[in-house]
Amino acid sequence: MSDVTVRGGQEVHGVGRIEGPIMIVEGGTGVSYDEVVEIKDARGKLRRGRVLEVGEGFAVVQVFAGSTGLSIDGTSVRFLGTTLHIPVAEEMLGRIFDGLGTPIDGGPEPLTDRYADVNGQPINPTARIYPRDYIQTGISTIDGVNTLLRGQKLPLFSGAGMPHDQLAAQIVRQATLGKEAGAPATEGEEFAIVFAAMGVKNDVADYFRRSFTESGALTRVAMFLNLADDPPVERIVTPRAALTLAEYLAYERDMHVLVVLTDMTNYGEALRQISNVRGEVPSRKGYPGYLYSDLASMYERTGRIRTSKGSITQIPILTMPNDDITHPMPDLTGYITEGQIVLGRELNFAGIYPPVTVLPSLSRLMKDGIGKGRTRDDHPRWGAQLYAAYARTQDVRALASVIGEEELSEVDQKYLKFGRAFEREFVNQSFTENRSIERTLEIGWKLLSILPKKELTRVNLDEIEKYYQGDDATN
Amino acid sequence: MSEEVGKITWISGPVVRARGSRHVGMLELVEVGEDHLVGEVIGLKGDQMTIQVYEETAGMQTGAPIYGTGLPLSVELGPGLIQSIYDGVQRPLPLIEEAMGSFINRGARFDPISREKKWKYTPKVKVGDEVTGGAILGVAMETDTFEHRVMLNPDDSGTITWVAEAGEYTVNDPIAKLKMGKEEKTVTMLQRWPVRRARPFVNRRGANIPLITGQRILDTFFPVAKGGAAGIPGPFGSGKTVTQHSIAKWADAEVIVYIGCGERGNEMTEVLQEFPHLIDPRSGRPLMERTVLIANTSNMPVAAREASIYTGITIAEYYRDMGYHVALMADSTSRWAEALREVSGRLEEMPAEEGYPAYLAGRLAEFYERAGYVNNLNGSQGSVSIVGAVSPPGGDFSEPVTQHTKRFIRCFWALDKSLASARHFPAINWLDSYSEYVGDVADWWQEKVGKDWLGMRNRAMELLSEESRLSQIVKLVGPDALPFTERMVLETTRLIREGILQQNATEAVDAYSSIEKQIGLLELVLYFHDRGMAIVKRGAPISLIHDLPVVDAIIRAKSTVPNEELSKLDDIRKQVDEQMGQLDAEYRS
Ligand SMILES: Nc1ncnc2c1ncn2[C@@H]1O[C@H](COP(=O)(O)OP(=O)(O)O)[C@@H](O)[C@H]1O
Ligand SMILES: [Mg+2]
Repeated sequence: MSDVTVRGGQEVHGVGRIEGPIMIVEGGTGVSYDEVVEIKDARGKLRRGRVLEVGEGFAVVQVFAGSTGLSIDGTSVRFLGTTLHIPVAEEMLGRIFDGLGTPIDGGPEPLTDRYADVNGQPINPTARIYPRDYIQTGISTIDGVNTLLRGQKLPLFSGAGMPHDQLAAQIVRQATLGKEAGAPATEGEEFAIVFAAMGVKNDVADYFRRSFTESGALTRVAMFLNLADDPPVERIVTPRAALTLAEYLAYERDMHVLVVLTDMTNYGEALRQISNVRGEVPSRKGYPGYLYSDLASMYERTGRIRTSKGSITQIPILTMPNDDITHPMPDLTGYITEGQIVLGRELNFAGIYPPVTVLPSLSRLMKDGIGKGRTRDDHPRWGAQLYAAYARTQDVRALASVIGEEELSEVDQKYLKFGRAFEREFVNQSFTENRSIERTLEIGWKLLSILPKKELTRVNLDEIEKYYQGDDATN
Repeated sequence: MSEEVGKITWISGPVVRARGSRHVGMLELVEVGEDHLVGEVIGLKGDQMTIQVYEETAGMQTGAPIYGTGLPLSVELGPGLIQSIYDGVQRPLPLIEEAMGSFINRGARFDPISREKKWKYTPKVKVGDEVTGGAILGVAMETDTFEHRVMLNPDDSGTITWVAEAGEYTVNDPIAKLKMGKEEKTVTMLQRWPVRRARPFVNRRGANIPLITGQRILDTFFPVAKGGAAGIPGPFGSGKTVTQHSIAKWADAEVIVYIGCGERGNEMTEVLQEFPHLIDPRSGRPLMERTVLIANTSNMPVAAREASIYTGITIAEYYRDMGYHVALMADSTSRWAEALREVSGRLEEMPAEEGYPAYLAGRLAEFYERAGYVNNLNGSQGSVSIVGAVSPPGGDFSEPVTQHTKRFIRCFWALDKSLASARHFPAINWLDSYSEYVGDVADWWQEKVGKDWLGMRNRAMELLSEESRLSQIVKLVGPDALPFTERMVLETTRLIREGILQQNATEAVDAYSSIEKQIGLLELVLYFHDRGMAIVKRGAPISLIHDLPVVDAIIRAKSTVPNEELSKLDDIRKQVDEQMGQLDAEYRS
C-alpha cells in the first residue's frame, strides 16, 4: 500500500463520444493508465471515473455513476494524476460508506492522512503464512465437513430465494476461534467485519445491519454499500474499497478481519456490461476473457502475512444464475477460492436449514486445520467417511426410485436411513443453534452407527472401537 | 546500458504500443517507462511496436520512453537455481520481499542467481581439450549432495586454454578460458538462454522407463514415461493441485520444476513451508533440495504468467542437459492459455474458439514438444517429463485447451467431479483416462519386480470395465438380478477401487506406495478374486465372500502396510487362504 494525496491535475474539455458508462476524452496529454478523473457536467455537478485505456490524444474513461445527464459539449474532465485511493483508518469501523468509500451515514470524512490504492498489490507468496487456525462457526456442515480457517476464502454458492444471508449472518455471529472456543471472535479489539454490498436490495443491507446490531458487533463493522438502485459501474470498485480497508486493518492494525461480499454475481454483471460496451472479445456467456484474473485480484487479497498478527477471511456470496454451478461466476470463483459451500434448492424445499448440499461443498484448507491437536484425531477420517456414506446414499436413492425401497438389500436400506437422518440431524440445525465441534462429531458418529461396521472403511478400527454406537456386533 | 528506442503511444492493461526505432527486434526484451518495467516486443509494424509488459502498468503515461536491450527474454542458468522461488520472469521472490515487504511492488530488479555466493567447484577438463557445446567443464556442489554440472554454452566450442583450479567460486568468477577461432572467451558458471528457444540435444531416445510417482493409479494403471507428457484436466476441487504436489514430492526424478501458473498464493506457500521438512525417500535429503519453484499466482501480472511456463521449461531443460531426470509440473496450463487470450484480446486479434487466439494449439504443441528423453550434446542422457494441469471451464472437456492438449500428450488423467464429491481420491476416472506408455514401460516393470505387471494391470482394467457394464444393469434392476459370478466381479472391483485406486495424499503410510507395494496389492486383490470366483462357481452364495473378514483387511492394507513391511501383505494372503479354504472345503462336495 502506498501513500498518495490527490494532486490538482489537468482539466480537459473535449469529450468525443459517450456510450453507456464509457466516455472517450480527447485532448489530454500525459494521461496515465488507470488514473482517476473528475467529471463536471453542464450544471457543475461532479462525478468520478477512471481511465481504462490511453492513446495519443485520447483516453477511454469509465464513469462510475454512469453517463446519464452528461453531454458532449457541456462536460469537462479533470485528470487527477493518481489511481483510485480511499482513506483507511481504524475509526472507519462502525461507519457506512457508499460503493466508492464516501461516508453516507451523515458522519464526517474519516480523519486520516492514510490513503490506499483500491487495487492493492499482490501478496508475495514468500510473505504469506499458510492458514492453520480453524474457526468454529457452530454449524455442523461447515465445522464438521468443510472447516473454515482463519485466512481462508470460502464462498457461499446460492440461488435466488435461498437463505444465504441468514447463513452468512449466522457465521459472522457465531464465529469463534477454535482454540479459544467460547470466546466469540466477533468481540474484542482485534476483530473486525468489513461488509460490501454490490447490487443487492436495501433489505439485504438492512438485514445485515440489524444482525450486526443484535450481536453487538456493529461498532466493529464497516459497511460499503452499492445497492440495487446505485450506479452499476461503482460495483467494480466496491469490493476493492472494502478489501483495501480490510488489508489496512489486518496487516497494519493486526486485526482478524472477516469480509463478507454480496452479491459477487452482480459484480460480474457490471464487469460484463463494461466489457461489452467496449466491444471486447468475450469468452463464455459474454464475460470478458480476463474475468478469472479480475476475480483473483480480489479473492487473493485474503490470507495472513508474516509481518502481522492479523488475518483476512473472505466469505463472498454468489447467487448462481439458474442454480447453474458451471456458470462463469461460480465456476471461476470456485477455481480461485479455497473451497465453496453450496446451498441447494431441494433441501431448502424440504425445510432443512441451512440447506447445505454437502457433496459439492468443499473446504480445501480443512485438512490443515483439523485433526490431532487441533480438533480431534478422528476428525479427518470421520469427515471422509460421512462424505463417502452420503455419496453412497445418493446411489441407493437412485436405485430405490427404480426398483422400489422394499427391493433394496438390507445394507442399502440402512444407507437410506442414514441419508435421511444425516439431512435432518446433521445438516439441519436452527438459525440460533451453535454446536461445539465435539457435538458435531458426536452427531456424526451417531449417524454412522446406523451403518454396519464393515461399511466404515474410511475410519480406522480403533476409532470404530471407541465411537461406534450401533448394534452391529460383527468382528 | 539500454538506449531509448521509442515512446509509448497507447496503453491497455498489460499491453502497450510505442513508436520509434525500426531496429527493435521481435521478442526483444525492452524496458518500459521511467520505472524501467520489463516488457517484451510481441508485434512490429513499420515504426510501431507492440509490447507485453510483465509488471502492473497502472500510472504509466503515453509519451513515456521505451528502452531496448538487444536481447531476447532470457533466464539465467547456473548453480543456485535449486531451492529458489521465482516469479514468471525469474525475479527472486525472497529478495523482492526483503526489499519491498510483503507486497510485490513494481520495478524490482534483482539478479536471479546470487553473484556473491561461492560454490565448491572441481574442473573436469584440462588445457588443450577440444570442447563442444554442452560439454561438462566441471562440477559445482549446488547442495550438500547435488552435483551441478557446469556446461559450455550449447552455441560455443573451441580449445581450452586455461582452467581454474578446484576451489570456491562465484558465478562471475572465470572457471575456464576457451579459444574459439581467433577469439579467446572466458567462461563462468553463469549462462543465459532465451526462454522461447528449446535447448538443443542430439536426438530423442525411446521413452520406456516410467516416471515412478508412488501414486498407484498413475504408476500401476496410467503410467507416464520419463520424458513423456501427461495432462491432468479436471473441474475445480477435483484434485489437480494435490496430485501435482504428490508427484512433486514423490516422483523418482532428480530435479523438480514446479510452476504455479495463475493459481493460489497459499498453494505456493504450502510448498515453500512443507518441502524443506519433507525427506526425499531416495536421497534422504529434504525435498526442497531438488526443487525449483516458479510462482506467478493468479493476482500477479498476467503477461508474466504467460512467460512463467517458458521460464520453467528452460530451467528444466538445463538440468536435463546435465544428464538428470527432471519432472516439470505446470499448474495450470489453462491459466497460461488465458494469459495468451487476454493479451491477444487487447491486440484485437481475430479470435478462434472461445476467444482464444488461433495460435493456441501451436503454442501448446511447442510446450509439450519440449518434453523428452534425449541424448544430450555432451553424451549424457536426461529427460524432461511434463505434467500439465488443465482447468476446463465448467469441467467441460470439450473446450479448446483440453482438446488441443490431448493432441500433444500421450497420457491423460481425467479427473471426475462425482468421484471427488464422494471423496474418492485421487478422483481420476479409470474409464476416461488413458496412457499410451503402458506397453512401452512393461519390460521395465518385469525387470524391476519380476512379475507380470502388464498382465495383472490389464486384468484389473478388464474387471473395472466389466464393473461399469454391470453397474448399468444394477442401476436398472438392482444387484440381486446378477448371477453370483458377476457379483463376484463387483466384490473384487470394490477392492480395486477402495484398496488400490483410492490413495490419501494426507496420510503418512498411504501417500507414497513403492512399486513393490503397488504390485503386491494388485496381486493380492487378483488372488482374492480367483479364489472367490472358484468358490462362487461351485455354488457358494456371494454373501459368504462379501462377509469374509479379510475383505476389510485388504481394503485397509494400503494404510496398514508400510512400504518397508511388505511381508504383512503375505499375512493377509494367508488370511485369504484360511478363510477361502474353509468355504472351498464346504462347497467342494
Ligand atoms: N489424493 C488426495 N488425497 C486426499 N485428499 C485429496 C486428494 N486429492 C484431492 N484431495 C482433496 O480435494 C481437494 C481439492 O483438491 P485440489 O487438488 O486443490 O483441486 P483442484 O486443483 O483440481 O482444484 C483438496 O483440498 C483435498 O481436500
Ligand atoms: Mg488447483
